[in-house]
Amino acid sequence: MNLRRDVFQAIADPTRRAILLLLATQTMTAGAIASNFDTARPTVSKHLHILTECELLKQEQNGREIHYHINAKKMKEVADFIESFREMWDDRFNKLEDIMKNYKTKD
Amino acid sequence: MERKTKINAEDGKQEILITREFELPLELLFKAYVEPDIVEQWMGTKVLKLENKPHGSYQFETTDPKGNKHGFNGVIHEFVPNQKITRTFEMENTPFAVQLEFLAFEELTADSSKLSMQIIYKSVALRDQMLQLPFAQGINMAHNRLQDIFNQLK
Repeated sequence: MNLRRDVFQAIADPTRRAILLLLATQTMTAGAIASNFDTARPTVSKHLHILTECELLKQEQNGREIHYHINAKKMKEVADFIESFREMWDDRFNKLEDIMKNYKTKD
Repeated sequence: MERKTKINAEDGKQEILITREFELPLELLFKAYVEPDIVEQWMGTKVLKLENKPHGSYQFETTDPKGNKHGFNGVIHEFVPNQKITRTFEMENTPFAVQLEFLAFEELTADSSKLSMQIIYKSVALRDQMLQLPFAQGINMAHNRLQDIFNQLK
């Protein structure tokens, strides 16, 4: 259960989703992945660490280089997409609540 | 982080239950569904029409980052202030069939209230597709961003 929540936290971030997309068709080194983003290299490393930790990515040692690739089995678990749906409504309702709290104080 | 919004989507059923408790008096929660300018703010949509009465209808329009306009509309079947709204919801120019929505508003305390939304879809398959939509959109957004980055590199 805990692990699954981590998976959803992992895909909640747009950069991490972009990384997954990038790796959908190929394996890449951390450097090659980072070169696709404006963000600083350590930030990309952090994202890779999170994705690896929740098993969405796998590391493979190739000589001196580490290649990243998608763990298809784990990605399938995300097929339970309900969390994204819940977050969409949660965002809307949070907004509603904020707006109406201000509305109340204005009155 | 506290999870205020709960989703219940049982396997094999063609409905979704969404429940949410608000730190708002019931009247304010209901108002957020009635006043067009407030609906616009929290739904992130333009309200072209909103007739809050039985046999009334509504029309919303959103503009995506590319400037494309997306229309939504529906008919209001029941409208009981501070209690319930029953309405249909349809996304224009999409293959998705119209859905039926039952919204129930309840007072919990003087300062808190609860919304329960039951959405019924034409089929189980369609419901599952709708559940996947936000994730698919998220992927598209990430993809567009990536495309922008690639374009900058060229």
